[in-house]
Amino acid sequence: MSFLPKPKLHHPGLGCNSLGFTKRDYEGAVSTLCAGCGHDSISAAIVRACFELDLPPHRIAKLSGIGCSSKTPTYFLGNSHGFNAVHGRMPSVVTGANLANRDLIYLGVSGDGDSASIGLGQFAHAMRRGVNMTYIVENNGVYGLTKGQFSATSDKGAKSKSGATNKDEAIDLVGMALQLGATFVARSFSGDKGQLVPLIKAALSHKGAAFIDCISPCVTFNNHQGSTKSFDYVREHNEAVNFLDVIVEKEEIIVDYAPGATEIVRQHDGSLLRLRKLGESDYDPSDRAAAFTFLEQRKAQGEIVTGLLYVDPTADDMHDLLGTTTTPLNELSEATLCPGGTVLDKLNASLR
Amino acid sequence: MLQIVKNEGTAVSVIAAVNDFVVKFANVNGSGSASANQLFAKSIIRMGVPVAPRNIFPSNIQGLPTWYEMRVSEAGYLGAREGTDLMVAMNPQTWDQDIASIVPGGYLFYDSTKAIPHSKFRDDINIIGMPLTELCNHEYSDPRQRQLFKNIIYVGALAALLDIEIEVIETLLKEQFRAKEKLIPPNIHALHVGRNYALTHLTCPIGLTIRRSNEVGDRISIDGNTAAALGAVYSGATVAAWYPITPSTSLVEAFTKYCGRYRVDKETGQNNFAIIQAEDEIASIGMVIGAAWNGARAFTATSGPGISLMQEFLGLAYFAEIPAVLFDVQRAGPSTGMPTRTQQCDLLAAAYASHGDTKHVLLFPEDPHESFLFGAEAFDLADRLQTPIFVMLDLDIGMNERLCRPLTWDDSRRMDRGKVMTSEELNTAKDFGRYLDTDGDGIPTRTYPGTHPTRGAYFTRGTSKDRYAKYTESGAAYVDNMQRLLAKFRTAETLVPAPQIRSADTETKIGAIYYGSTSAAMREAQDILTKHNIDIDLLRIRAFPFNDDVRNFIASHEQIFVVEQNRDGQLRSMLINELEINPAKLKRAVHFDGSPITATNIIDKIAGFLPAAQILEARSAL
Repeated sequence: MSFLPKPKLHHPGLGCNSLGFTKRDYEGAVSTLCAGCGHDSISAAIVRACFELDLPPHRIAKLSGIGCSSKTPTYFLGNSHGFNAVHGRMPSVVTGANLANRDLIYLGVSGDGDSASIGLGQFAHAMRRGVNMTYIVENNGVYGLTKGQFSATSDKGAKSKSGATNKDEAIDLVGMALQLGATFVARSFSGDKGQLVPLIKAALSHKGAAFIDCISPCVTFNNHQGSTKSFDYVREHNEAVNFLDVIVEKEEIIVDYAPGATEIVRQHDGSLLRLRKLGESDYDPSDRAAAFTFLEQRKAQGEIVTGLLYVDPTADDMHDLLGTTTTPLNELSEATLCPGGTVLDKLNASLR
Repeated sequence: MLQIVKNEGTAVSVIAAVNDFVVKFANVNGSGSASANQLFAKSIIRMGVPVAPRNIFPSNIQGLPTWYEMRVSEAGYLGAREGTDLMVAMNPQTWDQDIASIVPGGYLFYDSTKAIPHSKFRDDINIIGMPLTELCNHEYSDPRQRQLFKNIIYVGALAALLDIEIEVIETLLKEQFRAKEKLIPPNIHALHVGRNYALTHLTCPIGLTIRRSNEVGDRISIDGNTAAALGAVYSGATVAAWYPITPSTSLVEAFTKYCGRYRVDKETGQNNFAIIQAEDEIASIGMVIGAAWNGARAFTATSGPGISLMQEFLGLAYFAEIPAVLFDVQRAGPSTGMPTRTQQCDLLAAAYASHGDTKHVLLFPEDPHESFLFGAEAFDLADRLQTPIFVMLDLDIGMNERLCRPLTWDDSRRMDRGKVMTSEELNTAKDFGRYLDTDGDGIPTRTYPGTHPTRGAYFTRGTSKDRYAKYTESGAAYVDNMQRLLAKFRTAETLVPAPQIRSADTETKIGAIYYGSTSAAMREAQDILTKHNIDIDLLRIRAFPFNDDVRNFIASHEQIFVVEQNRDGQLRSMLINELEINPAKLKRAVHFDGSPITATNIIDKIAGFLPAAQILEARSAL
């Protein structure tokens, strides 16, 4: 499949954001994924989130690993630098990139094979280091490019398209992210744009490791009866605990929800997360331990919990922990970096 | 009380040498002997006599045998040498092998507190017993002091036995404990306890002595890992990602130390560097690639097993053209091999790292001085060539303090960041194609992420792409790209450090090619051979790709020995492959038992190919 550029023309009525960009300025090449793929909905949600947040496209770096999900960065943010790393190793490349320039916004896109199998170690360590990034796993429970093998997030007992039953326990990346110290943890569904776009906006505004596990059905290999990652199954078992609005500081805050049912969280960058609680539960996303318990209980009942599951709005990121200069390291010059000849002469003298 | 034991009846031959002998200390790992042994070595260097010390140590933390071998050589030969002239036997575990390693007529210095059966000695060596434990027990009540000062006491005794100026050692102790002054008097006291005992009870000096000389000059003592780390500091490396592995660990430790000293902003306390201990070597190189892609100078330090793990990423860095610097401090492989023993065994794994067609630039420093130079140069080369650069150290260079030329830095030097387009340049340029060969040198132009709102963004990938970085599976575009990478490698040939030739005094058709830590032993071997009328020209390779000097050197000699420290002759294979040399012309002269190569090793290996009479003569002179 070759690269398909999109025409630059757009409808004159297309709206602009505060930077003067239209949504088209955040799009990429035409997707080459299967028609109806959940991943394309996530790409569209990323485009919309970046547009609505007024992010300059070139200040975002998008990175991925290998697999269907990792192909998607070609299909959004065409004015951003992109990087397809090797399979399962996007987190280390993002970590390095972030070390070099702390001022860019880092978006890592991965899949369940990429992050829960070959790259489980790198996923874990990026979370525990607090790399300031948005890490989206486009989770379809299946290896698409190699034609339908189970992945490590396939539920025990799930059926493959060819009729085989998955015998192994599923890895729950949300549970792992919570345990590993991620400071923003969410789950969503590619079929629920209303939930997903605000979650991506909140994650992009978050300082620290922000993780979104996004169930994204594979229309070709994992959308059949007996699959627990099909559109129908996820719709039937989706239990959203909250609904999120992201308000950047310049907007006027209008609280239009009944008191008690809404919570406002202020993040490092000044953005406000307005959380409307849904359903019967009184879910508290600031309580990491309670999140574990809730997720386990609902999982036992066959429910897929979605929404913003945990957030620490004032977390330190990797640079805070390292004590790195506020100037991006890639901007430092010889004057700052090189100790010079006189220092070396002294050093020589001490080595005689 | 034992003094010098003369064995009954037989007259023991006695080695006599001034400023030219080997002293070996047999110690127990973790007993605090290292600093005392270094003190001893440094005192000889301060007397102007070159010394090459080497640590020989097991893969272990505490309790196993460890040796510190010092070659004293006024002639300046810093390679290892077989045989021990003076053995300081402080480890009962290794007694038998230590005794066996002493040359006939050599000396054994040992702790005579406990009686050792006569059968445990040899009758052709000179035995010097000193009741070290007894002396310590008498002087100190604290067991820890007894252990630590025992080391200083034997240094004091050795100073008397070898006629080392005691003031020199006193000065060194004062310098060493400048920050902890109260430690100076007890150390000096211990030194004199040992010295006075020796002067009173032993025959001083023995046949081996140190005489003040002027052969050290302005040289410094530093290990290669520290020097390489300083190279990284000086050339502006800001990101280090690594995973602990012997013998490379001390390189990142040194980088950390010097960044702490020179790279912390005095006003804000903020760090102008970032060091990450990664979860494994795969993540280390991934972080280096990410940082370098994003415009920081980044490196990792590792050894053979780490290079193996990094293979896939190295193919990406080659194909996607990302600068990256790797310090490979080689140790004996394969697998875990001998982790604390030296070899030059990663050449092929590094030069052709990864699947598919790849070629990587390698630099071969011969000593710490060049480790610094090449360590700094590697970052310019990586940026200029947009590709990984390997600095190939080994345990012998990396972990031993070596006398070498002082480190120098030209303050007018600027980082060569290579072809990077700025926002202004993107505004005025008519075209940006990430993989366009605009200058005909195979090197394209890159942009850093975040540079310009609408121009210069591109997608970096390991899949095939066209000159504008667009994904394509077109065979023609793939071939075009691979051929350009080859053209870039030819450009690298003109930028890397050129080989150095050391010609024999007389014209000869025999040549030897060598690299890295083989240097000292090779030059010594050449001198010995010359004395016996065997002339041999030397060519020291300092980098891969090889340039025309290498080609011409091989063409202008009839017989070439490729001297290296691995089993298979890895450099020889590369020369044959890359320069299309007839294999019969290149003789393999390899040493690979994990010990540093010696002049004797080299002469032995080439002996089979040279006139027998001459070689015998040269060999006997060793």
